[in-house]
Amino acid sequence: MSMTIVMITQNRAVVMLDDFLWRAALAGVAVALASGPLGCFVVWRRMAYFGDATAHAAILGVALSLGFSISVFIGVLITALAMAFMILSFSGRVFTVDTLLGVAAHGGLALGLVAVTFIPGVRVDLAAYLFGDILAVGHGDLLIISGGCTVILVALWLRWERLLLLTLNVDLAAARGIDTRRENLILTVMLAVLVAVAIKIVGALLITAMLIIPAAAARPISRTPEWMAVLAVAVGVIAVLTGLFGSFYWDLPTGPSMVTAATAIFAVATLASLSRMKSRH
Amino acid sequence: MRWVSGEGLVVSLIKAQGLGVRIGARQVLRDVDLSVGKREIVTVVGPNGSGKTTLLRVFIGAQAPSEGAVVREAGLRVGYVPQRLAIDQAMPLTVARWLALCGIKDRQQHLQIAKQVGISALLKQQMSSLSGGEFQRALLAKALLVRPDLLVLDEPTQGLDQLAVASFYQLIEGVRDDLGCAVLMVSHDLHVVMRSSDHVICLNGHVCCQGTPTSVSAAPEYQALFGFDTEGALALYRHEHDHRHDHAEQGGSDAG
Repeated sequence: MSMTIVMITQNRAVVMLDDFLWRAALAGVAVALASGPLGCFVVWRRMAYFGDATAHAAILGVALSLGFSISVFIGVLITALAMAFMILSFSGRVFTVDTLLGVAAHGGLALGLVAVTFIPGVRVDLAAYLFGDILAVGHGDLLIISGGCTVILVALWLRWERLLLLTLNVDLAAARGIDTRRENLILTVMLAVLVAVAIKIVGALLITAMLIIPAAAARPISRTPEWMAVLAVAVGVIAVLTGLFGSFYWDLPTGPSMVTAATAIFAVATLASLSRMKSRH
Repeated sequence: MRWVSGEGLVVSLIKAQGLGVRIGARQVLRDVDLSVGKREIVTVVGPNGSGKTTLLRVFIGAQAPSEGAVVREAGLRVGYVPQRLAIDQAMPLTVARWLALCGIKDRQQHLQIAKQVGISALLKQQMSSLSGGEFQRALLAKALLVRPDLLVLDEPTQGLDQLAVASFYQLIEGVRDDLGCAVLMVSHDLHVVMRSSDHVICLNGHVCCQGTPTSVSAAPEYQALFGFDTEGALALYRHEHDHRHDHAEQGGSDAG
């Protein structure tokens, strides 16, 4: 009798283990699928600091969600959007974009960290939101993450050519009848959605890294924008799975181990292309 | 819509009347009247900050005018050649992919246009690896793919050496003759402009003077802006910013 119970619990443990690992892997791959092509635009349009500001504001969103007991996704999405629009509307007025983004990125993060301490009751595990906690992705989380990533991918698919032309030359895009303000807005919203769904996977501090590093690693081995996007996805998927592995077996922080893996791929790709260029000359 | 301009003969493809543009607190353009007729090469010259690029942006629909209006012939196809692309090493982009971007995908047409502007051998190369002259030709090729009635170019020869400048303008004239399109461009190459344009607009926030190249180069407003010795390359950028005109003067030199 007691033997059976033990066996049952063991089986359930095995099933559960499989279950949460699968959830983590699926959520991570979904984020990599969306952040690959979106990250290419961040690189092409030099929006790295903009991404940082938006992502750092997410911590403030976490504080607000916990304070008002609403979904973390909603809270983060709202603050990320608010931050993005604030930057867009203020940039170039009094300060240069660079300075404004510096203030927004670090101010947003600091304000979020301070705000979290004011939340009464439960002590918040901030590390999960700063560095990600992929193993804690629940069923509901997986649904929201894959939903958000699907929205981003579909939007990118539909607007790819327009966004490319807009990135290359705003006036040329306008001459073709493209509503440049609307496309910029859509890109900003996509970035905010990605921040909201990726915070559990990589954490607020390293979301920008997962946008930029896979795209940068893909650059030297691509000939067209499309190839760069596809290869960025590949690099992202490898990085995410490596991070998951590190998290599970060695209890490493998820976000940092993913970003470390992506950086290693970046280094190899860059060195390989440099040596190839040298041998050609 | 078509209409006959003041001279009574030229049919305008596109026409601006009483055009004014205010950006922030700055009045960049005021009272600009400008029309481009079929197969006409119209060139806008003027010092830096005189509103040349803004004027082109209004014509291609990238900037809404604050005053006045731009009237286009119905169904007018505009091919725009920008000054530069925000392209650097960050984006991989072959010439072939550039031509296909956001428009005509027909490879046969790409090959034909590439041949016309002399970049057939470059289709597989990266845009960022092209020389200045080759890059401008690749930009032009994309504008030509829409079979434009009006080709708009913003300082197409900036940064090119004299030889490349001369051959680029030759190409533009050839394109005009082949396609029968009109050309509106901003240029700094005064002596080439004077040779290959039908109509020259001298701009400095407003139209200082306009007319045939000969009449414009003889106009006192033009000479005040660019110096007298416009044939010599060294005189190109010598201009005075503190000059003034009154409206009587402007009317006097309008020798269209």
